[in-house]
Amino acid sequence: MEPIDIPVAGTKVQTSRVFERDPETVRDEDLREAIWELGREGEWIVQPVPEPYYLAPTKFGRQKKIPLEHTWHHKSCGQCGHIPGYSTSIFWLNRLLGFDYFDPRDQTSCTAWNYYASATSNQAAQAAVAMRNFSAAYETGYYPLIHCGTSFGHYKEVRHELVHDAKLRRQVRAIIEKLGRPFVMPEEIVHYSEWMYAVRKQLSERVQFDLSKITATVHPACHYYKLQSGDAIYDPEIYGGQRTAAVTAVVQELGAQVADYSTWYDCCGFGFRHILVQRDFTRSFATLRKIEVMKQEANPDVVLTHDTGCVTSLDKSQFAAQAHGRNVGVPVMSESQFAALAVGAHPFRVCQLHWHAVDYRPLLHKMGIDVERAWAEFEADVEKIKHGEMEYLTWEHVL
Amino acid sequence: MPSDRYAEVALEEKQRLFDEVKADPRYKTYLYGCYECGICVAACPSARFYDFSPRKIAQTLAREDVELFYEQLNDDVWNCSQCFSCNRCPRQNSPGGLITIMREVAVKNGLRTTKEALAGYTRIIYKIMTTGTQVSPDMLQEDAFPDWGPQVKAVSQNLDVWRRALPPETLHTTGLSWQVEERTMHELYAIWKMTGTLDMIGELDEGLHDIMEEIMDDALEESGLPTE
Ligand code: SF4
Ligand code: SF4
Repeated sequence: MEPIDIPVAGTKVQTSRVFERDPETVRDEDLREAIWELGREGEWIVQPVPEPYYLAPTKFGRQKKIPLEHTWHHKSCGQCGHIPGYSTSIFWLNRLLGFDYFDPRDQTSCTAWNYYASATSNQAAQAAVAMRNFSAAYETGYYPLIHCGTSFGHYKEVRHELVHDAKLRRQVRAIIEKLGRPFVMPEEIVHYSEWMYAVRKQLSERVQFDLSKITATVHPACHYYKLQSGDAIYDPEIYGGQRTAAVTAVVQELGAQVADYSTWYDCCGFGFRHILVQRDFTRSFATLRKIEVMKQEANPDVVLTHDTGCVTSLDKSQFAAQAHGRNVGVPVMSESQFAALAVGAHPFRVCQLHWHAVDYRPLLHKMGIDVERAWAEFEADVEKIKHGEMEYLTWEHVL
Repeated sequence: MPSDRYAEVALEEKQRLFDEVKADPRYKTYLYGCYECGICVAACPSARFYDFSPRKIAQTLAREDVELFYEQLNDDVWNCSQCFSCNRCPRQNSPGGLITIMREVAVKNGLRTTKEALAGYTRIIYKIMTTGTQVSPDMLQEDAFPDWGPQVKAVSQNLDVWRRALPPETLHTTGLSWQVEERTMHELYAIWKMTGTLDMIGELDEGLHDIMEEIMDDALEESGLPTE
């Protein structure tokens, strides 16, 4: 069958309105001065963003400090549980760039998934979990970099509550001190996709394939930019600053096309509780409102996002919809995985695409990656592990 | 028209629960009134597939209609996806945030409808609260995710070896998302105890509470960490 030339709207927002950003008139307050002030008053220790950092523009024009290295990787339960290539790719990119980072064991989940799903926690507990993790990072000397969109949004909510509610702050501080930990608030709360944004030029210099024929659609994670929204990255160069630049800016810098679609603002349908025990809802929303719309309006080669839940909902929901003859079937991954592929990471040893449900092979072929050879290499590794010739795949095998 | 769905529940009880929601410190920053514009509904995924409306939640609370509040506390709040798409409200409400508080109050008070809504979820609560990670690779079983296709089976069949074929050492796990230190988990137990979270589980599921309490108490005693 001849390929059909489907017009792609591109990333220009169809409006003549110019959005002037004025930090003085925004409704989301900038908490950073209050955080330093509380630090000066001895209410907590403020952990400064280590140098060198990148200054990224946020929604209303404030500059946010994004650390490049000495980062403490706050992992995410979902990514690490069933999309391990997401975090592995982030670590691998750090190694590729020669950055010093720390992958801790002294870290719990942010527990927000459970809280949003089942409400079996409370404000003080959630704040204490966040602050325990922050103090653990501080004690290593590395700076927290949050892998998950929900952890990022939730921690910003927690920060907002702790700044404004002295009673809560004292209560949580007492808990952390009883654990024998320092009470620490990082200067900025930073999501890994902001780090990706900060290093996008360095990555684009290393691109191994011509990506100009690849079209991606981007699903920005709700909790990344809808919670405490003033703190998310918005770049005047991307969508005219009308939408968050996270993910999109990186993909464009790597040379791929990003196509617009009309349900851009919609959630993926994850629902926290729903994805585990009421998946008919998640599946319907993910396929009918997101994937089918993307297919119809942009026909992408890949869907890219920056959160655990979104990758899960959008990827895993497609199988049943396909069985019903729906117009779906687009691979889904994080931009960290996509960027790693673009700069030469192994699709299975690093990007771990065999954990994903939708067929990613057509995308890899189109990028110019020899999937069959890569899979044979990975299978050979697996055989070695099975027969005891190799205990684990290590970083030495993949760089 | 006032709700009569829960006519058997005394008005005082409904009022008590409403007051508990209203007393939450976050409440005053989540509700400023309501224009009834419906922007939140247009953005809301749950409104598309359920008989559910964030606008109605905001209006009910703004009007302090305790009868309707009680109905929503029982019949609506578990439909919300907690995505916070409704935060684009021009009145600066957060209907999703209001629902977070309502759910917490529903759990704390052990409502029957809450127990029903969360019945299938308790295994996950157990996982997160005892291990410190929410999802583990060994949960990926065919029978639990039949609609996710053959790849789930492939993962479960190769689980151990595929986890060992991951370069980050922290991910060589099957029962946890990543390796969490014992001390770290124990600190989490101490947090659940000190903040009354474990007591909330007691309202939801007594059996689950007792199992968790035993695990946590034994571990905390050994670790010497505080519990109150
Ligand atoms: S948080 Fe709940 S009420 Fe708000 S948009 Fe999402 S699903 Fe709807
Ligand atoms: S968006 Fe806000 S003001 Fe409009 S109906 Fe929803 S809660 Fe009310």
